[in-house]
Amino acid sequence: MEESKIINRRVVIIGGSAGSLNALLLILPELPVFKSFALVIVLHRRGTDDLTLESLIQLKSVAPVKIIEDKVEITNGFIYVAPSNYHLLFEKDNIFALDTSEKVNYSRPSIDVSFESAAEVYGTNLIGILLSGSNTDGTEGLKAIQKAGGIVVIQDPKSAEMPFMPSNALLHIKPDYILSNDDILKFIISLDK
Amino acid sequence: MIEDIELETLVNDIYEYYGFDFGSYSRASLKRRVNRIYQLDGFKNFYEFLSKVRYDSDYYKRLIDEITVNVTEMFRDPTFYKVVRTQILPLLATKPFIRLWHAGCSTGEEVYSMAIMLKEAGLLHKSLIYATDINSKVLETAKKGIFPLRMMKEYSENYRDSGGLEDFSNYYIANYGIAKFSEELAEKMVFSQHNLVSDTSFNEFDFILCRNVLIYFDNDLQKRVIKLFDESLATLGFLALGTKETIKYSISTTKYKQLEKEKIWRKVK
Repeated sequence: MEESKIINRRVVIIGGSAGSLNALLLILPELPVFKSFALVIVLHRRGTDDLTLESLIQLKSVAPVKIIEDKVEITNGFIYVAPSNYHLLFEKDNIFALDTSEKVNYSRPSIDVSFESAAEVYGTNLIGILLSGSNTDGTEGLKAIQKAGGIVVIQDPKSAEMPFMPSNALLHIKPDYILSNDDILKFIISLDK
Repeated sequence: MIEDIELETLVNDIYEYYGFDFGSYSRASLKRRVNRIYQLDGFKNFYEFLSKVRYDSDYYKRLIDEITVNVTEMFRDPTFYKVVRTQILPLLATKPFIRLWHAGCSTGEEVYSMAIMLKEAGLLHKSLIYATDINSKVLETAKKGIFPLRMMKEYSENYRDSGGLEDFSNYYIANYGIAKFSEELAEKMVFSQHNLVSDTSFNEFDFILCRNVLIYFDNDLQKRVIKLFDESLATLGFLALGTKETIKYSISTTKYKQLEKEKIWRKVK
């Protein structure tokens, strides 16, 4: 495997469900262009959705959005959005992989699936952030990120539109940070050094 | 959870004992699928699992069924079907006989979707749809044309979004939780086992569909499969892949012309 490619690669992965898009639409316009990591967003979305979510995120973001397709390389400085109706996985040689297998937590993409796969590849170079939602998805994934030595951030349920998902995660893990929306933005900016 | 090195041992053993080659499968997905069945079947350690696979051929069959992804749906990605309906079928209609190949057809939902569209275009009588998969079990389901009734609401919405104007329920008979599709649709289907990893071309086709199969293969195997499709496709025939798949890393794109934004290419020379 091409380990050297992974070493200087950092990934920030954000998972969210109901209410999380609004949080992201507050964060992304304020987030300046970044260089030292790739930002991957995994949201529960409609199965027949085309590229409307990607277009919306591009419209609201300063940083560039790259469309995920089979075997697209993960490059620092870009925002990536998990496509609808696929699970998003990560290969050891720093490319995305897609999978149409069964829904997990009633979802495809599932946050757990992407978080677990990213944890395996990026280990201590991974930062996982779980946002608002009314589903239990994400908790197992955050556990995997923590176990692999990555950093775990959970949106403060008080600042989440739908507090169930972050609250459920907090019942099962002790994150590195519990942050409000504004602080999540500051935290991501602070990572770009 | 199994380790990377254990996965490679399993891949080697499956090849050695059964001749099936997972060596060129994308590892992220394969590992997740193997871990899933490993946990589902409650093995205590990897070697217990490995010897079960080696010496119990029935268990090996179960393993293949479980690690190959067989999730599919009717009219998956309705906009794709709309383009097929409005742009491709009218072009194929001029031919005296239309040969189609669904490679990796799984339980057949997309094959029946195609048959419905061919019928509505008045082309089914002069069409033949070859539908293949590596997994013999899913082909048995596909042949029967029996799908879960609970899926029909979603499928009829997909059908309508694809430009379908009929009452979707006219195509099946509902009974005890199942939907049995009209045998008229199945008359023009031929199902057979075919392995894209190792088998060769078996006919010439006007339209080849292979949607969401290549995502499970590495670049080298993708190249092999695209070459196989190229050899099996008539000039001016069409090749359709999944919405996130491409031929551009596998074959000279001067030979193929893409239909706008769709993952459909026409062989132009």
